[in-house]
Amino acid sequence: MTVPILSTHELKKSYGRGQSRFDALKGVSLEIFAGESVAIVGKSGSGKSTLMHLLALLDRPSSGSVNLNGSDAILLKGRVLNGTRNKTFGFVFQQFFLTGGATVLENVILPLKIAGVGSRERRRRGLAALEQLELVDKAKNKASALSGGQKQRAVIARALVNTPKVIFADEPTGNLDSATGAVVENILFGLNRDRGITLIVVTHDEELAARCDRRIFIRDGLIVASDASPNPPHGAHAARATATSEANAA
Amino acid sequence: MKSLDVISTAIGNTFRSKLRTTLTVIAIFIGAFTLTITSGIGTGVNGYIDTTVAAIGAKDVLTVTKTANAPTTGPTKYDPNTISAGARARPGSTIEAMNSADIATIRAVSGVLSVQPILGVRPSYIEGTAGTKYSITSNGAGTGVKLQLQDGAQPSITSTGYEVALPVSYVKALGLKTDAAAIGSTVRIGITDSAQNMNVVEATVVGVATTSLGGAGDSVTTNPALTQKLYDVQSTGLAGVAKDRFAQATVTFNAAATDKEISQLKDRLAKDGFTAVTVADQIGTFKTVIDVIVLILNAFAVIALVAAGFGIVNTLLMSVQERTREIGLMKAMGMGSGKIFGLFSFEAIFIGFLGSALGAAIGIAVGSGISAALSRTVFSALPGLTLISFNAGSIAGIIAIVMAIAFVAGSLPATRAARQDPIESLRYE
Repeated sequence: MTVPILSTHELKKSYGRGQSRFDALKGVSLEIFAGESVAIVGKSGSGKSTLMHLLALLDRPSSGSVNLNGSDAILLKGRVLNGTRNKTFGFVFQQFFLTGGATVLENVILPLKIAGVGSRERRRRGLAALEQLELVDKAKNKASALSGGQKQRAVIARALVNTPKVIFADEPTGNLDSATGAVVENILFGLNRDRGITLIVVTHDEELAARCDRRIFIRDGLIVASDASPNPPHGAHAARATATSEANAA
Repeated sequence: MKSLDVISTAIGNTFRSKLRTTLTVIAIFIGAFTLTITSGIGTGVNGYIDTTVAAIGAKDVLTVTKTANAPTTGPTKYDPNTISAGARARPGSTIEAMNSADIATIRAVSGVLSVQPILGVRPSYIEGTAGTKYSITSNGAGTGVKLQLQDGAQPSITSTGYEVALPVSYVKALGLKTDAAAIGSTVRIGITDSAQNMNVVEATVVGVATTSLGGAGDSVTTNPALTQKLYDVQSTGLAGVAKDRFAQATVTFNAAATDKEISQLKDRLAKDGFTAVTVADQIGTFKTVIDVIVLILNAFAVIALVAAGFGIVNTLLMSVQERTREIGLMKAMGMGSGKIFGLFSFEAIFIGFLGSALGAAIGIAVGSGISAALSRTVFSALPGLTLISFNAGSIAGIIAIVMAIAFVAGSLPATRAARQDPIESLRYE
């Protein structure tokens, strides 16, 4: 049996003490396998963001465990933990978090810079990532000069540039109109399908969740339901062709 | 992130908010500029003192006087054996006279290489080819004393001929056309003996001395042969004991002696009842006063820098606030807290460097300009005085101090940035 790339066991997280104690997660166990696309669905305050933070090793659980490739992530500390996060995960946020004053290329190569990659190699890989997202002509533009869709593509290029195994997308289309949102979705699912990158989408958007292989519904810190898509991932080839053309249009 | 990337990113970040950085840099600039100027004054004045020390006496020379037994309070009892303290002492002050026996005692002290009594010579006038007589004071050229010469040579210590060095102000007055023309000419020195008869001694001019702070001033410098001759003339008609009186004596010692050895030599002389001072002792008090003044001025400049340090704290706290999201993102992407701290503290150091380098550069330019202007006008009577001068070491020191202050100031915002929780930073619900 294959080892899940990420799994949790009885994961609990609470904030505060005594009277003001708030349990964000009350015991979540799940398994995510390499190459899957999984949606974590829930309303705001449901604990879905907390779950994502714990999965991305940005936070430590109050109890329970997060396992990365079968080993307990609690054992990762300091430099090793930072290195693991840098090499394993890519992040796509609703609010982009691009540095407006810096160029698109500078924004995209930030993970490589943090990893300590040399400047020539950074540039090469940064341009390659922008090439994939058809933003090469914007490489030298200021990030603040991009449109919303372009910004989110730059963010995806940044998430991709370190060839991560997992991309966390937190409401990736939340700030985009439905047309550009669809383009960004297609790009993300394309990466999942073609490059085998595990995609973990945190959203309350039912339509976006529906495109994932699997959905995990969270409410009040517990998994209330989970299901798998009836149609297998292979069936999406036709959709992918349109995705590429739409990406060109954006 | 590589250290080089941390540094280049920090420098890049410095220029992100140009106005804010500029204002902070100006605050540091003011402090660094002041510090540069004040330390420049210290360097300039002390440098001038050092160069003029050679005109007062050599390093391997002690000036020895008899230790006075004056009471510490109340009027001094009359002692018939006192003598005017000599040209360089406080006017009117007297010290106990020395005689040949004392000289012999000093010569016997271990560590003393040679001893030479300083003869008190009081010439009345000097006369050149022009025929006008000018009143004059004279100093004996001692071992190792180096006049700052305008032209010619030092009066010879060993020569048996009568040699004299003129102060530059006497050249024209004595009817000599130029400094160069004065060399080799003959001057006549008038001196009275104990019976008030005027005697004339002829001497050859060998050098023309620049006016300087501690040296010859407006007196002629006579070589030992001439000094002895003038003293003999002056003492004509005096009985043995009356002639055998000196205010002070010059002792030479091993030039390689350490400070400890010099102080031991002084102690041995003190045991025999003599007070010995080196040139450094005489100049030392002077330099201490200047050092204290410069220290006080520097303290004010440092206060300005500390104020500027709070400017850095403020600037960087605003930066950390503005870049909360960015810091959170970098941490999420695996940037360590140490590197985040480095990023912000280096930004502070760079702001400090900008301010101090600018302050030092403009300080040097302005200071040199002011110094040159002052030398031409207010201080034209003191040739060789550069009021404000700079040395690379102290400028580098100033820049280093400012950068250190900037680092300390930057460590508070940098710590705050390093401690930031990426989850809090990236929250937007």
